[in-house]
Amino acid sequence: MTTGYGPLSVWAVIVVGGLATFAIRLSFIHLFGRVDEVPSPLRRALAYVPAAVLAALVAPDFAPATATPAALLTPEIVGGAAAVAVAWRTEDVLWTVAAGMVGLHLARFLL
Amino acid sequence: MDSRLPPELRDGVRDAFPLLLGVIPFALVAGVAGVEAGLSPLQTVGLSVVVFAGASQLAAIDLLGRDAALGVVVVTVVVINLRMLMYSASIAPYFRDLSARVRAGCAYLLTDQAYALALARYTGDRELRRPYYYLGVAVTLWVVWQAGTVVGVVFGAAVPDGWRLGFAVPLVFLALLVPAVSDAPELATAVVAAAVAVAGAGLPFNAGLLAGAVVGVAVGIAADALLPGSGDGADATEGHR
Repeated sequence: MTTGYGPLSVWAVIVVGGLATFAIRLSFIHLFGRVDEVPSPLRRALAYVPAAVLAALVAPDFAPATATPAALLTPEIVGGAAAVAVAWRTEDVLWTVAAGMVGLHLARFLL
Repeated sequence: MDSRLPPELRDGVRDAFPLLLGVIPFALVAGVAGVEAGLSPLQTVGLSVVVFAGASQLAAIDLLGRDAALGVVVVTVVVINLRMLMYSASIAPYFRDLSARVRAGCAYLLTDQAYALALARYTGDRELRRPYYYLGVAVTLWVVWQAGTVVGVVFGAAVPDGWRLGFAVPLVFLALLVPAVSDAPELATAVVAAAVAVAGAGLPFNAGLLAGAVVGVAVGIAADALLPGSGDGADATEGHR
């Protein structure tokens, strides 16, 4: 899929996203002495952000179109399942991506 | 390496090397995926230089490729990078004697890996010349990240579509998701966030993504409070990088 956005929109995302990210990084480093700690409720919420955002990001990419066995056996789902298994065993990005790509192409060839 | 460099800096560079095994493929994917999603080579490299945070860059590329609303793209980047608030707070005491300009530079270079290595080093020894070790790690990661993105851009443009290299993006997300799910509240978070995101996939502006993330975090906090033995949520955060 390629983006329908023009250069101006893409650069706007890059600059605004980059400035916001820099502000997050600088926050406590800059404020040290005035604010030393992340407030506890925010800290508690932040602990669950990675699991929530990553799951919400990937789930639509792997959701089957219908709840039939045939729809469950797409190359994408086979590749994703291989990747999850390897991520579980190795916790390594390189091996996970390799397993997922091999799974995808094997399934495309075989199914 | 030049022996005139501070030894602390050299230690940082050396300690960063094992991490590159994970960083290089990630950077290559960031480069390939940008081009595949229709960003120009300059925009893809610009994203790496300006944002310099892998997971959020891939999310932005993924969402731009799907023509999500621009606001949703930016909010997603911010939410993914919010974890760095904790790194910033945790490492701030070691940077307090530096000038504002050097602190800003250190902040720009802050990543999961640089934070983890530097904190492990600094808590062991109080007499260090503080920024050198951190900068050794952080600058090494920065250089390799940018070089990897450039290689990915060149390589990605030359590869036939049939290779489906864009599929590496959700695979990287899976590689990051699995280690982030290590206890019951985190599992509940991930399952509910995924279900809400899928149910809301048809919503305009990719609102399903944000809804899934918000509901998932709420479920995680609730599960942490309700499940016996999991204790105070703040404790779970301590070990979380």
